[in-house]
Amino acid sequence: MKTILEIKDLHASVNGKEILKGINLTMNEGEVHAVMGPNGSGKSTLSSVLVGNPAFEVTKGSVLFYGKDLLALSPEERSHEGLFLSFQYPVEIPGVSMVNFMRTAVNEQRKYRGLSALTAAEFLKLMREKRAVVELDNKLANRSVNEGFSGGEKKRNEIFQMAMLEPRLSILDETDSGLDIDALRIVADGVNKLKTPQTSCIVITHYQRLLDYIKPDVVHVLYKGRIVKTAGAELALELEQRGYDWIKEEVGG
Amino acid sequence: MEYNSKESNKYIKKIANAQYKYGFSTDIDTDIIPKGLNEATIRLISSKKEEPEWLLDFRLRAFRHWETMQMPTWAHLNIPTIDYQSISYYADPTRKKDTPKSIDEIDPELLQTFDKLGIPLHERMALSGMAVDAVMDSVSVKTTFKETLMEKGIIFCSFSEAVREHPDLIRKYVGSVVGYRDNFFAALNSAVFSDGSFVYVPKGVCCPMELSTYFRINARNTGQFERTLIVADDDSYVSYLEGCTAPQRDENQLHAAIVEIIVHDRAEVKYSTVQNWYPGDAEGRGGVYNFVTKRGHCRGEASKLSWTQVETGSAITWKYPSCILSGNDSSAEFYSVAVTNNRQQADTGTKMIHIGRNTRSTIVSKGISAGQSQNSYRGLVRVTEKADGARNYSQCDSLLLGDRCGAHTFPYMDVHNDTAIVEHEATTSKISEEQLFYCNQRGIKTEDAVGLIVNGYAREVLNKLPMEFAVEAQKLLSVSLEGSVG
Repeated sequence: MKTILEIKDLHASVNGKEILKGINLTMNEGEVHAVMGPNGSGKSTLSSVLVGNPAFEVTKGSVLFYGKDLLALSPEERSHEGLFLSFQYPVEIPGVSMVNFMRTAVNEQRKYRGLSALTAAEFLKLMREKRAVVELDNKLANRSVNEGFSGGEKKRNEIFQMAMLEPRLSILDETDSGLDIDALRIVADGVNKLKTPQTSCIVITHYQRLLDYIKPDVVHVLYKGRIVKTAGAELALELEQRGYDWIKEEVGG
Repeated sequence: MEYNSKESNKYIKKIANAQYKYGFSTDIDTDIIPKGLNEATIRLISSKKEEPEWLLDFRLRAFRHWETMQMPTWAHLNIPTIDYQSISYYADPTRKKDTPKSIDEIDPELLQTFDKLGIPLHERMALSGMAVDAVMDSVSVKTTFKETLMEKGIIFCSFSEAVREHPDLIRKYVGSVVGYRDNFFAALNSAVFSDGSFVYVPKGVCCPMELSTYFRINARNTGQFERTLIVADDDSYVSYLEGCTAPQRDENQLHAAIVEIIVHDRAEVKYSTVQNWYPGDAEGRGGVYNFVTKRGHCRGEASKLSWTQVETGSAITWKYPSCILSGNDSSAEFYSVAVTNNRQQADTGTKMIHIGRNTRSTIVSKGISAGQSQNSYRGLVRVTEKADGARNYSQCDSLLLGDRCGAHTFPYMDVHNDTAIVEHEATTSKISEEQLFYCNQRGIKTEDAVGLIVNGYAREVLNKLPMEFAVEAQKLLSVSLEGSVG
């Protein structure tokens, strides 16, 4: 088994307040890991730190991604290396069309990998193919990035971008929040269609319902900035039934 | 947030290092008259241009009026005292009596200069579908495609040539839209103006190519005071473009121009400007003072005038391309992108004066401020008593990059007719760190992300420019804001 992500004793803080207090996590190629935990346990901070959001400061620890020192790379280099975040709250960028935005993103990635830029025709063909993965309307693809999109459309748009950029590791940060059952199915189907034996996924969620569609190999429980429990898919079901209190008691919180 | 300040510092540094692409100067023998401004200066300019008596009179009246005036102080600008006696008011890099008849008579240095600016003056190499009048300092160097245009009866030549060849037209129209009493800089220009372009499109003629004037300041310690006059006769159409650059110098240079446009019945004029005078360095040293009066008069019924401007240069800009809508059913547009960076200051906007019935005007202004610059929109919409059914829509947006710059909006409305509908919308936005990070996560560098956002923001205006210009303007916006970092 090939190890693709190795997080060791990761500490991180925001505005001087320590949120992550020593995360250890190892992922193998092709795996799906779920990260669960009560509000404020540090789930979103973990995803932000992995993609290099400068609002968070790493104070200790290391992260290896396909053997590279991830923390030494800029956010855009991490993206080019194949790391993708489906944002919990995708931002609107008025005036920038999805087409222009994605074309820049795809061609920057190709440049990083020593490939020539796609022609307009090639690019539009790629857009058409990938749009189908999440049933994204052509009208949305022609609008400004996320502007005026509904909550569900924004999340679908995230998975559409994931399809375009073909990451090796995707982090889905509460992608299920705010989705009705139909939208949830479309998004989850999209993620599953994109899954190959070489691509891996971290699913951050509060609920079992997304994990009914995207089956995790490993489930972690994050609490007070540490991973306090790691087990198989059955752990998520147990959390769904029993809540987090028993875990809090176990760790003495 | 830390991210914000860290990123914007880096960003501001990059901006400060941005190179002005057109900062070179040409070493060429130039006939420059002594510094200073008095009646003798005016007479000297007029005699050098071999002008008729009536034009000298016009200049002298303007000069005497200017002497009674004070520089306006109402703009949101901090203008250092200008010593009008320390400027030379006429510089001729061609040193020949007449405009050269053929390209072979032009000094190769001059041709090279315009080549370097991307304005080839050989017609066979010229930009397709575009006729150019190239003006350096006080003199028109060459006007291309003049003969081709003449076949359709279109007059396109330097203002000086028009005074000689078409005196009746000049006498009829010059000063009819912007009188010399209009304002301080209009009076100054009327006294000392040198070359600009003259365009006359006869009745029923649709001008088959874009007409353009490229203004270049080269000589030191001189000012440029060009005068442009465009007349579109009944049922005609013309699209006119104006571009400007200047060398990088430590001292400030004055540019005070007048543009007058007359639009007759059912005629249409599109006037586009890409203003890229030297803006000064990061500390605010040097740069051009751009004090310009531009005004069109929609005299005819259902006449149309459209102003589009992309303003990226100049240390200080004071400019309000305006329109008097006196013809019934006439309409006017003003589309503007004004970028200020470093220590640049801009106070720019428009005036729409509705006089005729069912007149319409649209104002779309997009200000972009970065560095420690100050960027103001100032606009007046006036609807007079008789302007039944007048309609105006104004939209003024400001985009701030960083937190040391300023954006200001001064909309004035003066409505004297109850049937008029006047709408004004304004927004101020800032590029947020979340937007930039979202782009970063998708593999887009911060500078490229800013470029995408700025061009998206300005798109509505850029779309109004003719194709070749739109591409240039888009690049210019990126260079002005992002710095030429690889």
